[in-house]
Amino acid sequence: MAQISMTVNGKVRKGNVDPRMLLVHFLREQLRLTGTHIGCDTTQCGACTVLVDGRSAKSCTIFAVQADGSTVTTIEGLAPDGDLHPLQEGFWEEHGLQCGYCTPGMIMAAVTLLKDNPKPSEREIREGISGNFCRCTGYQHIVNAIQYAANKG
Amino acid sequence: MAVAPVLPKLVGQRTKRREDPRLIRGRGTYVDDIALIGMQHIVFKRSDVAHGRIRSIDTSAAKAMDGVEAVFTGAEIAEFLGPMPIGTPFPSPEHRAVAVDTVRFAGEPVAVVVAADRYIARDAADAIVVTYDTLPAVVDLELAMTGKPTVIHPAFPNNLAIALVPSGTGVSADGSTVDDSAVDAAFAKAEVVISQRMMNQRLAPSAMEPRGVVAHFEPGKESMTIWSSTQNPHILRSFIAALTGLGQDRVRAIAPEVGGGFGAKINIYGEEYVTAAISKRLGIPVKWTEDRSEAFVATTHGRDILGYVDLAAKRDGTVLGLKIRLIADIGAYNMLLTAAIPTLTMMMANATYNIPAIRTTLTEVFTNKTPTDAYRGAGRPEATYFVERAMDMLARELKMDPAELRRKNFIKPSQFPFATQMGAIYDSGDYEKALDLALKNAKWDQLKAERDAARAQGRLVGLGLSMYVEVCGIGPSAALPTGGWEHSQVTIERDGRISATTGASPHGQGNETTFAQMLADQFGVPMDDITILHGDTGVVKQGIGTFGSRSQAVGGAALQMAGAKVKTKMAKFAAALLEAHEDDLVFENGMISVKGSPASGKSFASVAAYAYVPVPLPPGLEPGLSDEAFFEPSNNTYPFGCHISMMEIDRQTGEPTLLRMVAVDDAGNLINPLIVEGQIHGGLAQGIGQAMIEEVVYNEDGQLMTGSFMDYAIPRAIDFPRFELDATVTPTPVNPLGAKGVGEAGTLGSTPSIVAAAVDALSGFGVKHIDMMLRPEKLWRIIQGGQQGQGGQS
Repeated sequence: MAQISMTVNGKVRKGNVDPRMLLVHFLREQLRLTGTHIGCDTTQCGACTVLVDGRSAKSCTIFAVQADGSTVTTIEGLAPDGDLHPLQEGFWEEHGLQCGYCTPGMIMAAVTLLKDNPKPSEREIREGISGNFCRCTGYQHIVNAIQYAANKG
Repeated sequence: MAVAPVLPKLVGQRTKRREDPRLIRGRGTYVDDIALIGMQHIVFKRSDVAHGRIRSIDTSAAKAMDGVEAVFTGAEIAEFLGPMPIGTPFPSPEHRAVAVDTVRFAGEPVAVVVAADRYIARDAADAIVVTYDTLPAVVDLELAMTGKPTVIHPAFPNNLAIALVPSGTGVSADGSTVDDSAVDAAFAKAEVVISQRMMNQRLAPSAMEPRGVVAHFEPGKESMTIWSSTQNPHILRSFIAALTGLGQDRVRAIAPEVGGGFGAKINIYGEEYVTAAISKRLGIPVKWTEDRSEAFVATTHGRDILGYVDLAAKRDGTVLGLKIRLIADIGAYNMLLTAAIPTLTMMMANATYNIPAIRTTLTEVFTNKTPTDAYRGAGRPEATYFVERAMDMLARELKMDPAELRRKNFIKPSQFPFATQMGAIYDSGDYEKALDLALKNAKWDQLKAERDAARAQGRLVGLGLSMYVEVCGIGPSAALPTGGWEHSQVTIERDGRISATTGASPHGQGNETTFAQMLADQFGVPMDDITILHGDTGVVKQGIGTFGSRSQAVGGAALQMAGAKVKTKMAKFAAALLEAHEDDLVFENGMISVKGSPASGKSFASVAAYAYVPVPLPPGLEPGLSDEAFFEPSNNTYPFGCHISMMEIDRQTGEPTLLRMVAVDDAGNLINPLIVEGQIHGGLAQGIGQAMIEEVVYNEDGQLMTGSFMDYAIPRAIDFPRFELDATVTPTPVNPLGAKGVGEAGTLGSTPSIVAAAVDALSGFGVKHIDMMLRPEKLWRIIQGGQQGQGGQS
């Protein structure tokens, strides 16, 4: 077992984990931050995307021990309680979700997308979220949601 | 007194979803988010051979591991769990949730581990050693029909689950007599006959949330709570109650937040039965969570129907007759609805056309593959694909515009209700209107000119057009062994807020929003005062579930009926308070008042309070404001539409790019056009996925070659152009809302439209048909040799 410590959504969280425990399982099962989802086991779908040290990362492909000392932001910590991040607002306004399962990961991926490219073209948005799968929306309303956030930012 | 704010009417508005605030914050609760004290984790050991007899299973190493609670082989499970039930009347081989002596597809469970956490459970499953006497794998559909290389279920010779069931013109209602004379005559007088073998390939539904189950048997109460990622908790409850012997009053089934279903979460799965049975056996809560790679083998697949299509016509384009011989590869076992899905393909063979004579036959075949069951569209996309591909080939043969060929053969608005050759009664339709709007929106003539100009530059550009009609709002009780109704209970609470239950069990459809829109209008109260409850049999007394685009058309109608009953009673209480006649009252802006004098009204909340403390109690009334309704539709609904696509194929690589996707869909009256758009987008995405990039592939040993998202391509954002949607509105008379249902529409017209566009783009190479999916290599070969695509001979 390994002792780890990381800052998650602004709080220092410590854990005693099996070295093989995935970061996503540490977040979901030890910290009970279940907004981060698991949609595959091959790093394709992006449902588990969180921010590690400010960059989007697929938490199913990082061991918890690798995130030791990092700063992690999950969907629960994206906006202060009661507020919505412009991307969350965009997803609501533009009907960017249906079942909602891919949504947290999609939003966290879009955070980095807009950080790197605050005014992306539609093509750039579509390429930028291609590491994240959505089976419900056909992506058009997700693109609109990200455009909404970009226009607000 | 303060003037009440004027509340806008919400039905028909693009209202933002009420589900979203929790979901965009990561505060939804899906099955895998549930943790109970003392909960143990289940992992299934699955067969790695497609077909074989189990020679031995050694579980000793697994049992000896720290943290392992129990290990069960299939034989041990069979001691306390009976065979899997199915939901269709067709004969079916015995199917055990965990194989006892023979495995019949790669991925079939052979043992179950229960352990303290999922890591230990997986380790233990890996430590189980199973040896098999392997048998030949039955993989090729048409070879399987001849009993080769072997027979999977001894009671089903030649692997035939269903052998050549006829339907259509001249077939009696019970199928006992078949008169081919009309069909034969149609083909005898044909001036042109199109004949084509077409494969509607196997797909993996791939909801983003894999399945999962938590079962919690409480020995003291002799009762079970089961959470499952399912589309129909009430059906789940019925089957779990039967298999555990507990009875429906002792089982509570909950579909919490469900991360997509697309038909694949209708079936009640072995994992649900086993998790429940183990919880009962051990007296502890247990959880099973499906991995994605597990989902590819363990969750039912869709489609996989081969069609031999013959279309007879006159040279002026008049269609005379249609024959479709359907052969469905259903995999290793019948699941809940497996056998029934291809019957929907037969049922919809009449498409949108006047076809005087139709003969379809259906054969269903067992193979050593994952079983098939419903996948978005479930039988109707296949019907649409077969008929519309044939129509496109006919147009090409006759050098007619594909739109004009359709127009010439449409069922006319004056013909509705229309009795089809297949025994369906189409409720309402105006197909030409949808076609014309799609042609206008696509600028069809201009598009043809653009295509021709591109071709003149050597580019491979093509156009495709397809009509569709589907059967939705499923569907009278005669059509479903579970019953085809839906249920709702509407309660005006003592504080004037409204809670309403629905047996529809949404998994992304947004019923919490659309149903609240309806009740807000019905009672004249703000939507924020309404809560829609669903997905929990402990709260929702009765229900069937969400499938076959039925939520609105059947569930919405039940909701409105229940609301109407409560409103009638509430009006009686209000009439007593206002000393008015109940027929003279209006419910609006949070008030109940006499028509024409809103100032004299009583607040909605005060009337509710009075109904629960009725002093004095108006004569003939019971206290309280709560009532329920079961809505039994008189028929299915038949939504329709037209999909037009434009495609370019790279001459060097064969890679196809979809340039335009224009859809006109007619789903009758719309409650929330924003949500309807989302449904159509999603359907189009899955239809385009089928046409262009998705395909489940098995090798000759029955091993799944597309067992992860690395090998099975579900579409990404870059795969789509911006969809161009529009709607015509032809209400249905079948339910009081006039709504037809829209969940599956996008999957119907898209596949034939896109394949038609590909064939059009490559028409210079002599190709007449290309089987899906449109793999670049397949298209490249056509471009290279002028060779025909797979299945391209005509």
